Amino acid sequence: MTTQQQINIAAPRSGDIDPKYIRQSASSSSNWEMFKWLFMRISGPILLVLIFTHLFTNLMLGDGVHGLNFGLVAGKWASPLWQIWDLVMLWLAMIHGTIGVATIIDDYTKKDRTRVAFKVALYLASITIVVLGTLVIFTFEPCMTDAAGNLLDNSPSFCFNQ
Amino acid sequence: MSTATTAQQSPPAESKSGRGTLYRGKEGMWSWVGHRITGVVIFLFLLVHVLDTALVRVSPEAYDAVIGTYKNWYMALGESGLVAAVIYHAFNGIRIVLVDFWQKGTKYHRHMFWTVMILWVVVFGAFFIRHMMLVLGG
Repeated sequence: MTTQQQINIAAPRSGDIDPKYIRQSASSSSNWEMFKWLFMRISGPILLVLIFTHLFTNLMLGDGVHGLNFGLVAGKWASPLWQIWDLVMLWLAMIHGTIGVATIIDDYTKKDRTRVAFKVALYLASITIVVLGTLVIFTFEPCMTDAAGNLLDNSPSFCFNQ
Repeated sequence: MSTATTAQQSPPAESKSGRGTLYRGKEGMWSWVGHRITGVVIFLFLLVHVLDTALVRVSPEAYDAVIGTYKNWYMALGESGLVAAVIYHAFNGIRIVLVDFWQKGTKYHRHMFWTVMILWVVVFGAFFIRHMMLVLGG
């Protein structure tokens, strides 16, 4: 048989609250926690739409995976809509994923040194990928040429009509 | 974030109904475990996916060569596993948002979990059939 335990917890309006639990004196770190919590819940539903559409157009329509090649990427990024789409998807997914993995690191690492090492590795990887991905989207050149000025093989067909 | 601490600080005794609490045991906890595992898997894939797409800046051949290695049945199974993780993470994420922002969210969290499971089977099933038919058909 379980014994009913009476636990006394002061009601919030009792005025006995330790100042560290009062909102007005919230430190900047708790605002940051709140921002991350909110960011996850706002970016999540947006990512659902962005990623489901991304997967549907690239894997379900037309020939699916067989249609994936340089020409498909070139065709998509010829449109500013897909450039912005992929850029927003990259940034939101990477920030959402970095916050998530950082939370997991905080939960499972016990020593400070281990935690810091994992998080430094995480942040370096994330920054590298976001910068690289952003540069790729904005500096993409569909009709690349070799040193002699000839179009590279496998260039999309529209390059040869110029 | 706070979900982890909630899971660890739940009272040791189960509630009278024997259904556990929102987070300890049963649907609440296992959906949380699944959300973490799928999240990490998706994040690791995303790092690789940006790198392979970055090959479009190297040359059309380099990109087509790497993408070409994805076009077989065993990579298609891997992609299907990834898409299964994405669909679960997406729908369960919506459930989490509803638990936090919808007034009746905590009351119906178990119903929402099973709704997530049903939607997952339907959407992933449709993807899997189409994807495998495309891969095996050509």
